Amino acid sequence: MQAHGFSKPLLKVEKLTKFFGPNQALNEVSFELFPGEVLAIVGESGSGKSTLLNCINSNIDFDQGQVHFQSQALGSVNMGELSEVNQRLIKRTEWGFVHQNARDGLIMNVSAGANIGERLMSLGHRHYGKIRATAIESLAEVEIDANRIDDLPLNFSGGMQQRLQIARNLVTHPRLILMDEPTSGLDVSVQAKLLDLLKRLTQNRGLAVLIVTHDLAVARLLADQMMVMQNGKVIESGLTDQILDDPQHPYSQLLVSSILQN
Amino acid sequence: MLELKSVSKHFFMHQRSSAAFDILQNVTFSVFPGECVALEGPSGMGKSSILKMIYGNYKVSTGHAFVRLNSNEIIDVAAGNSREILRARLESINYVSQFLRVIPRIGTFDLIMQEALFYAKFNNVKVHNDSSAPLSPTFVKELEEKVKTMLQRLNIAQRLWHLPPSTFSGGEQQRVNLAKSLINPKPILLLDEPSASLDDQNAAVVVELIHEVREKGTAILGIFHDSNVKKELMTRSISMQEFQPKS
Repeated sequence: MQAHGFSKPLLKVEKLTKFFGPNQALNEVSFELFPGEVLAIVGESGSGKSTLLNCINSNIDFDQGQVHFQSQALGSVNMGELSEVNQRLIKRTEWGFVHQNARDGLIMNVSAGANIGERLMSLGHRHYGKIRATAIESLAEVEIDANRIDDLPLNFSGGMQQRLQIARNLVTHPRLILMDEPTSGLDVSVQAKLLDLLKRLTQNRGLAVLIVTHDLAVARLLADQMMVMQNGKVIESGLTDQILDDPQHPYSQLLVSSILQN
Repeated sequence: MLELKSVSKHFFMHQRSSAAFDILQNVTFSVFPGECVALEGPSGMGKSSILKMIYGNYKVSTGHAFVRLNSNEIIDVAAGNSREILRARLESINYVSQFLRVIPRIGTFDLIMQEALFYAKFNNVKVHNDSSAPLSPTFVKELEEKVKTMLQRLNIAQRLWHLPPSTFSGGEQQRVNLAKSLINPKPILLLDEPSASLDDQNAAVVVELIHEVREKGTAILGIFHDSNVKKELMTRSISMQEFQPKS
C-alpha cells in the first residue's frame, strides 16, 4: 500500500530505451515510484521486463533515458551520471536486488551469516559480534532459525535460499527493492509464505518495491500499481485491480482472459 | 459523501471481434452521511459495476464520481489517477465484495489484525509524518481486543481464529470479509450482497453491525437481494431502470 505525505518520487524513470543490436528491447519506458509503493511489471517473456529491471539497476547499460533516485545519503541523483563508487554505495545500502534464482544473489560457498555480514562489511562494519547479532536479527525477520546461521546456503531448500537472499538485502535497511520473479520456481506453499513476508515488509517498513512477475495473482496480492509491457513498451499502466478487472488494451485483455480461475 | 454525475460504462472486448457493450448510461445520484441507499433491479443491470466504478476496479467511461475524503478534499475517482484512487480507498472507502481475496495461509485473526495495524500506522503517519514511528504496546493490545470483539460478534468460533479463511465455509468467509472492512470504519461503505450465504441468525448480526456504522454517519451504498435484510437496512432506494442505455 501507498505511504503518504511524500511529495517526491523515490525513483523516477524517464524514457528508458535499450537496443540489443537491431532489436529494441525497451522503448521509452517512463514511470514514477513513491515510498511505500509496490509496482508490478507484467507481460509475456521477451517483453522487456527483466531488461528494464537490469537497466534500472545498472547491471546493463541503456542507450537513452534517465534513472533518477532520491537518495538519503546523496540527495537527488541521476544514476547514469553517478561515479561508480557512489553507484555501488547506493546499490549496497539504499537498494536491494532480489534475483529470480537465489543462487545469483547469494555467495553459495560461505555461510548464511556471512552472506548477510558481507553486505555490512562492504560498508565498513568490522565488529564481528555486532555483525553476527545483526545477521541473526535479519534471519529472524525472514523466519530462518538462528541455529542455521553457520550453514551453507547450498544446504538450504529453494524457499529458504530465497528468504536468505531477501534477508541479505534487508540488512542495510534499503528503501527500494527490485525483484525479478521472486516467487517463481517455488512450490505454492513456500510461495504463500514468501508472499506473506513481502506484504509485511512493504507495509511495516514502507519499502518501495518494483517486482517483475508473470503471475497475475501474485501481482494482485502484492502490488497496488501495475504496468503491462509488450515488445519493450508499456501498453497499459494504472491500478492493479483496475487492469485485472477491466483491462483496456487488447493485449492486457488477452493476458487477463488467459488466467485460470479457481 | 459520494456523488455520481452522468456516469456511463461501456466495455470493449478486443478478443471477441471487437464487440462493444453499453451497460450503463447517465448514472446520477448522491449518497449522504447516515444513509443506506439500495441499488434495485434484477441481475445484469450493472449494480455491481456501479460499486466497482466507485472503488476504482472498473474504469468510468464518461462522467464523474466524486468522493469526499476525511480532509474534506474531494477526489474525482473517474479521472483515473491511480494514486488518488488509492488515497480515496485508504481514507474513505470500504468495499465488501462477494469474494474474499487474501494472502493464503495466514490465520484469520492475523489477517484482520494486519488490516487494523496497517490502518493505524497510516493514521500515525498523518499525525507524526513518520512511517517508522512505532505504535505503543498498549495501543496494539487495544487493537487486538477490538479484533477479538469483532470476530466474536460475527460468530467466528475462537478455535478457527488461527486457521486461514480459505478453509472456511462460504458464510464464514463472507463474515471474515466484513470483519476486514468493519474493523476500520470509513466514511463510505460499499456492500455487494453482504448477507449472501448467511443463515438468518448471522444475517441479523450483520444487519446490526451495518446499522451501527450507519448511525455513526457512514454513507452506505449497497446491493441487497435478501428482502428482509434490505427492509431492515435501507433508508432509500434507487432503481437501476433509469440507468439502462436506450438503444
